[in-house]
Amino acid sequence: MKKTKQIRIDPLTRVEGEGVLYVKIDAGKVSDIKFKIIEPPRFFEALLRGRLFREAPDITARICGICPVAYQTSAVQAMEHALGVVVDGQLRLLRRVLYCGEWIESHLLHIFMLHAPDFLGYPDAMHMAKDHPEIVKRALELKKAGNTIIKFLGGREIHPVNVRVGGFYRVPTRQEFAPLLDTLKWARDATLQAVQWTGQLPFPDFVQDYEFVSLHHPTEYPIMGERLISNRGLDIATSAYEAHFREEQVPYSTALHSTLIGRGSYLTGPLARYNLNFARLSPLAQQAAHDAGLEPTCKNPFKSIIVRAVEVLYAFDEAVRLIEQYERPDPPALSMRPRAATGMAITEAPRGILYQRYQLDDEGRILTAKIVPPTAQNQRMVQEDLWQCVAQGLDMPEDALLHRCEQTIRNYDPCISCSTHFLRLHIERS
Amino acid sequence: MVTRHIPKLAVWKFASCDGCQLSLLDCEDELLALASALDIAYFPEASQMLVKGPYDLSLVEGSISTPHDAERIKQVRKASRFLVTIGACATAGGIQALRNGKDIQEFISVVYASPQYIEVLGTSTPIANHVPVDFELRGCPINKEQLLEVIAAFLHGRRPTTPAHSVCVECKLRGTVCVMVAHGTPCLGPVTHSGCGAICPSYSRGCYGCYGPMETPNTLSLGRRWIQLGATRHEVADVFRNFNADAEPFRKEGERYEENKANTH
Repeated sequence: MKKTKQIRIDPLTRVEGEGVLYVKIDAGKVSDIKFKIIEPPRFFEALLRGRLFREAPDITARICGICPVAYQTSAVQAMEHALGVVVDGQLRLLRRVLYCGEWIESHLLHIFMLHAPDFLGYPDAMHMAKDHPEIVKRALELKKAGNTIIKFLGGREIHPVNVRVGGFYRVPTRQEFAPLLDTLKWARDATLQAVQWTGQLPFPDFVQDYEFVSLHHPTEYPIMGERLISNRGLDIATSAYEAHFREEQVPYSTALHSTLIGRGSYLTGPLARYNLNFARLSPLAQQAAHDAGLEPTCKNPFKSIIVRAVEVLYAFDEAVRLIEQYERPDPPALSMRPRAATGMAITEAPRGILYQRYQLDDEGRILTAKIVPPTAQNQRMVQEDLWQCVAQGLDMPEDALLHRCEQTIRNYDPCISCSTHFLRLHIERS
Repeated sequence: MVTRHIPKLAVWKFASCDGCQLSLLDCEDELLALASALDIAYFPEASQMLVKGPYDLSLVEGSISTPHDAERIKQVRKASRFLVTIGACATAGGIQALRNGKDIQEFISVVYASPQYIEVLGTSTPIANHVPVDFELRGCPINKEQLLEVIAAFLHGRRPTTPAHSVCVECKLRGTVCVMVAHGTPCLGPVTHSGCGAICPSYSRGCYGCYGPMETPNTLSLGRRWIQLGATRHEVADVFRNFNADAEPFRKEGERYEENKANTH
């Protein structure tokens, strides 16, 4: 006797972009899992060809409305790498402050509006707000504080206008930063409570033996950096990324899957950054993690919600530290001469490492472009978590299992709109 | 006893970056009030609760770029009393409309190893090319204050107020010195629809056209002025070929400079 059960979640909700999950259980065993991306491809790598190097930050920002700063920062750094320019000092400091703003708004959106309702059994944050008005109101205030950084430095929250290859169009004075600094100090203190709050959520007992991959910097918790490391001995220059990672199209999936050549799937994002760089978090963030019950090593993806809260706290703390030592740079951007060259860069988007590579002609126009977003890199790991989650939950009532599967996907904060590497795939089912 | 009708809101996504619907969640100060004035009935990015139509107001983000989406938008129209498009993708085809007029198979092969799995249209087109649209809100991304104005207007049965004049008017209103006149910085402001609040010039940068063409734009004259200021023909073609590349005045001007773009004048 054969009993087949199929679970279908269509569409997946509270994720950025559109996806579908399909699970097939045959005679009490998981026989198939498909995490389908139904996002139409937009062909950024094709349409970037022929454009000037300095247009890349504005065009690539449009890949994702939730993490445009990540796309812009990887783009400008890849161009600077190609053109042999190093942006350092106060200009690099401003980039880091701007990036902190994006971590804050993106993480808080996910923690309180997309992820927390899962743990407490609400369909969304608006319903959660009816029972927990103070929690949701405070979260929105904190999210706004993160967006204030982006609006101040970038001009607007979504698709900032002030980022350019070499630096910025306009840089603020110290005095202009003063009101923002007050807001950020308040927000930093208020986030301590948020970290505590995430620590007391009910977490499923789930552990995965991940290979964590993140950027590495000798002194900073990584946002920008030149080296890529893992907990299994990977330690390479970011420019060697393509020699160690491969994207492949697999028949059972709807997205290109990234693998570490010879090793398989890996995890990038908050959990990876935290596990590999705990020592570089500020003392305040380390203490808050400890107080929330988080060990320096954490392999439970459901607890990524605490890690995100710790990173929000760190980002506020770091933004305050950086702004306090800020001196207005002059000029606001380094100038550079176009040349035929190839450059690449990785930065830590809220969801994980974001790789870009450009080949330029002697006028500085793009000949080829390659963009590997974090969600594409995590695809394989999401599916591996899902296999384990369903195998563990076969005895659960169907609704509960369904919910657990959705939660497993949301652990990754998947940003499906980063559509550069997603595709639509039709599968024949017998 | 008469019970008050709570309007049902739906938010739909087509080919896009998510930024315009994110603007709704970025209304940090107004979101909870909005959720109590409206029944947020279908908003998969924000809620697991998906209530069936019909809907009083549908906000549509993104462009039509696949055969599936060309059908889906018809269902959305049927289920919606008012349909409002939000953002440059939904009103002009978006940056992905740069594929229009190009060899789509070649585009696919640049990105994907197995092109046979990809099912897309050769064009990315605005929603209004497929179904009747009640109102189009411009911008890449949209301005969240304008979004609130649109929602409020439809709830009260009036037309939204979103001026169709140029970005220049917004610069004058906020007292920004003209970057083109004072510094010789090429700026698309004179032909670009208002709505962003003239952000770029206040950051010492020329406008790059996120909100698409204003009413009656004199793109011909502005293109000539850019050349006088030292821009190459290729650069003029590029600036018209961005997020609103397929909006007609920008498309025409882009094409004019695309031809013979190697010439300096």
